[in-house]
Amino acid sequence: MSWLDIGALEDIPLRGARIVKTTLGCVAVFRTSEAEVFATSDRCPHKGGPLSEGIVHGKSVTCPLHNWVFSLETGTAQGADEGQIDTFETKVEAGRILLDAARLTKQAAA
Amino acid sequence: MKQKLIVIGAGMASGRALEHLLDTAPDAYDVTLFNAEPRGNYNRLMLSPVLSGEKTYEEIVTHDADWYEARGVTCRFGEKILKIDRERKVVISENGETPYDKLVLGMGSNPFIIPLPGHDLEGVIAYRDLEDTNRMIELGAKPGARAVVIGGGLLGLEAAAGLKARGVDVTVVHIMGHLMERQLDEAAGYLLRKALVDRGITVMCSANSKEIVGENGHVKALMLDDGTELPCDLLVMAVGIRPAIALGKDNGLAVGRGIHVDDQMITSDPDILALGECVEHDGAIFGLVAPLYDQAKVVAKTLLGEPAKFVNKEVSTKLKVTGCDLFSAGDFAEGETREDIVFRDPSRGVYKRLVIEDNKIVGAVMYGDTADGTWFYNLIKDGEDISEMRETLIFGPAYQGGAASDPLAAVAALPADAEICGCNGICKGQIVTAIEGGAHTLEDVRAQTKASGSCGTCTGLVEQVLAVTLGDEFVMPTSKSICGCTDLTHEDVRRLIKSSELQSQPAVWQELGWSTPNGCHVCRPAINYYLLADWPLEYQDDPQSRFVNERNHANIQKDGTYSVVPRMWGGITTPAELRAIADAADKYNVPTVKVTGGQRIDLLGVRKEDLPAMWYDLNQAGMVSGHAYSKGLRTVKTCVGSDHCRFGTQDSTGLGIKLEKLLWGSWTPHKVKLGVSGCPRNCAESTCKDVGIICVDSGYEVSVAGAAGMDLKETEALAKVATEQEAIDVTTAYIQIYRENAKYLDRGYKWVAKVGLDWVKAQVVDDLDNRKALIERFELSQTIYRKDPWAAHAAPEEAPKFAPLADLTLEAAE
Ligand code: SRM
Ligand SMILES: Cc1cc2nc3c(=O)[nH]c(=O)nc-3n(C[C@H](O)[C@H](O)[C@H](O)COP(=O)(O)OP(=O)(O)OC[C@H]3O[C@@H](n4cnc5c(N)ncnc54)[C@H](O)[C@@H]3O)c2cc1C
Ligand code: SF4
Ligand code: FES
Repeated sequence: MSWLDIGALEDIPLRGARIVKTTLGCVAVFRTSEAEVFATSDRCPHKGGPLSEGIVHGKSVTCPLHNWVFSLETGTAQGADEGQIDTFETKVEAGRILLDAARLTKQAAA
Repeated sequence: MKQKLIVIGAGMASGRALEHLLDTAPDAYDVTLFNAEPRGNYNRLMLSPVLSGEKTYEEIVTHDADWYEARGVTCRFGEKILKIDRERKVVISENGETPYDKLVLGMGSNPFIIPLPGHDLEGVIAYRDLEDTNRMIELGAKPGARAVVIGGGLLGLEAAAGLKARGVDVTVVHIMGHLMERQLDEAAGYLLRKALVDRGITVMCSANSKEIVGENGHVKALMLDDGTELPCDLLVMAVGIRPAIALGKDNGLAVGRGIHVDDQMITSDPDILALGECVEHDGAIFGLVAPLYDQAKVVAKTLLGEPAKFVNKEVSTKLKVTGCDLFSAGDFAEGETREDIVFRDPSRGVYKRLVIEDNKIVGAVMYGDTADGTWFYNLIKDGEDISEMRETLIFGPAYQGGAASDPLAAVAALPADAEICGCNGICKGQIVTAIEGGAHTLEDVRAQTKASGSCGTCTGLVEQVLAVTLGDEFVMPTSKSICGCTDLTHEDVRRLIKSSELQSQPAVWQELGWSTPNGCHVCRPAINYYLLADWPLEYQDDPQSRFVNERNHANIQKDGTYSVVPRMWGGITTPAELRAIADAADKYNVPTVKVTGGQRIDLLGVRKEDLPAMWYDLNQAGMVSGHAYSKGLRTVKTCVGSDHCRFGTQDSTGLGIKLEKLLWGSWTPHKVKLGVSGCPRNCAESTCKDVGIICVDSGYEVSVAGAAGMDLKETEALAKVATEQEAIDVTTAYIQIYRENAKYLDRGYKWVAKVGLDWVKAQVVDDLDNRKALIERFELSQTIYRKDPWAAHAAPEEAPKFAPLADLTLEAAE
């Protein structure tokens, strides 16, 4: 694990998301309840919709382009749709969001 | 000779440790107990019942003078330890030095005081000890006393409830969106808030304190950052605690957030042990007593040289406010692969939620009925596999089975004079009489009584009266629910939001029995709309319940860029506006500039990060958002009219501009487009719009319910009026009645087909009082919503929200 402080919890609206730019593309960081945060790849496997712009409900997000729904925990598409997005470990400590950037910065370091 | 043991702090944890130690080995140590408070051990948890008057201080003392004497404990109460000299093994207080062989630290924690301006004024207190409690009790003796409590957590709410019980006028100021957010989810937080408000406590959530205002050195009021002033005679800060580590840190013990201890509760000095809220064990710090009691056992054993190991366990929380039954245990935060089981019984105000992971319960919240709390807590603690009982789990150990609350029972209980159909003033009794007289179908009832024959929103109720009266003879038609989160239809929900005065999303989820914690992408936008349309002043619009376009105030494109359409009132523009649009297109590298079908200009392919700056530039040129993205007022198309056209009968351009300036910014069930043509040649294509106005010599023909999208439909005549003002009034009233009654995502023509144009006419054309009332309600809503969202989001403090939260590509480069 390589925890990186990416911002304050309040920077993400409740049931909203913000993106983090990485060398591997954008990562969407979601806040599902007062102190619960998830991170996934921002790209919908269907036609590339920006998942960070979707409606966040329960622990899922709905893609803004054609309404595919993804679990934020497993990254798996729900219902009849088939697809998978990458997920990244996060944690919240003292109001700050930490993202496990091990996989995200590896390439840049190499 | 006996070993000398010194204990610093006569608290909940150290008191328990002394009991264990002295019960097992009364003669092992010569004990001296120091306490900064001028008294010995009492049950700190029970300060809340003392505050509320349910108990006295004497009843909560755990160890009295006899207890210490019988066990030979030397008490040095009211004496604070200032320093420890570990070299010489002595503790130092104001009265001098005392030597030890073994030392136990149990200093607890210090309440955190937010360093707001004025925090040191007289009358600003925390809630930690008997002194604080007595200050609050004294306040209660003063008639008309007012208090503000900052912090809507466990302590703050117990303080508030206690103060209220003492007759004090209390306001709770909480920074988060719901109460006790660390233990409760929104739904339970909502129920708790409702219970506190019901007992007369004012609760302000999402409220940020700015300054404590004083007078002659004493607190006078709390000022919030929105300028609200809350006058008070006492201000209680209950915003959190910090482990009391100073003694450890200053004397060179290893500390983190708390004083570091190992599994035997030994600090970095082998002769010093520590326990309670002042310690940090394996990264964890503590705020509830259950784990502290386990630590106390370990401390006693370690002191006696017996093997023991502290293991941190899950904790559960209860709020000690009589009448507010809540329970929370385990973990709702982070974690992999979790699912929820939710149960709600709105009629009893019950809410239960379990969080499941790998067939185990990891968290439980319940409100209203907490009888099964301990059972769930044990399942969590023991990590029990629940796959076998999953279906009935939420009903608790009694497996009562799923006796779901019965909506028909509520209807059956209504008295005969309860009004069912508001439009026609029909009561339950009249409907029952009709049914008993032979009207056995909805249509029959409608024909005989007119009930549900108008706006139709009471159809479900009438059917329920049929079902209750006829029993099995009546088969309820299955109506379509909004989505999988509820069995209710849009019409039911709209009716219930109004009749039960539901003014927030958690209120809707709880009172209407939603099966998910906070809805889904289908119901949330609808509920958000219904709430803001029915309660414009009370409800706060929730951008996170809106489709991306309405959140980013631009249309998302298939490649994730956006299109920006400024308003051109009635299709009229100026060279200066066109220049500003051209400048913006150049400055932000807009790939496509297009004239839309709605008489304005679309800038397509804008990057999200550029939106605020572009809006700012367009605002500077006097332009506002065209809402080309909203379920709201889109465009008002006009033709040139009497100003220029040889056939024009009235100023159609002017009327179009007036209408657009009046209606813009309003949210509607689906988009609303208008057209105003200067004569029946209809160059503005008014007859296929949601509202179309055709000007004629003698006045204005207002028609509604047209469309030219997926369905092609000509408008239907609503009214012919003589003056421009009447045309504006009829249009406004029509839009408001559509806003108040239509199902979300029903375009005007679909809604009119359901309720019938005749009903609409009766409401907005014939009934002048009603027309006026509709216009007034529209105007009231517009005082909130007739604002340019671009200006709001281009503001310097808002604009950064459109940029990435962090850029790790830069990080890597550095
Ligand atoms: C830009 C524009 C096309 C153009 O280049 O002219 C346009 C573009 C879109 N229209 Fe339209 N409509 C545009 C005028 C129209 C018109 C003509 C008019 O208003 O006179 C119609 C037919 C009239 C009507 O609404 O009845 C029209 C009927 C639709 C419909 C079908 C609505 C229906 O109830 O059947 C949709 C789909 C929807 O809203 O659900 C739609 C949806 C869309 C969306 C928003 C699709 C979407 O959800 O992303 C398009 C956005 C494209 C983009 O990326 O910006 N657009 N659309 C026009 C913008 C007008 C404006 O200035 O605001
Ligand atoms: C009003 C209230 C209600 C609560 N309700 C609950 C509840 O319902 N459930 C629950 O689990 N928990 C509850 N708690 C929390 C619980 O009381 C604490 O977790 C517990 O008291 C901590 O025990 P402790 O021994 O670590 O510290 P404390 O009980 O705080 O004892 C520490 C003692 O050390 C003394 N001291 C500090 N420094 C020095 C020094 N240098 N020299 C001498 N003495 C010193 C202090 O004066 C204090 O008396 C509540 C707390 C409060 C204030
Ligand atoms: S007609 Fe279809 S493709 Fe063209 S703008 Fe409208 S929605 Fe898009
Ligand atoms: S791009 Fe996400 S659903 Fe189509």
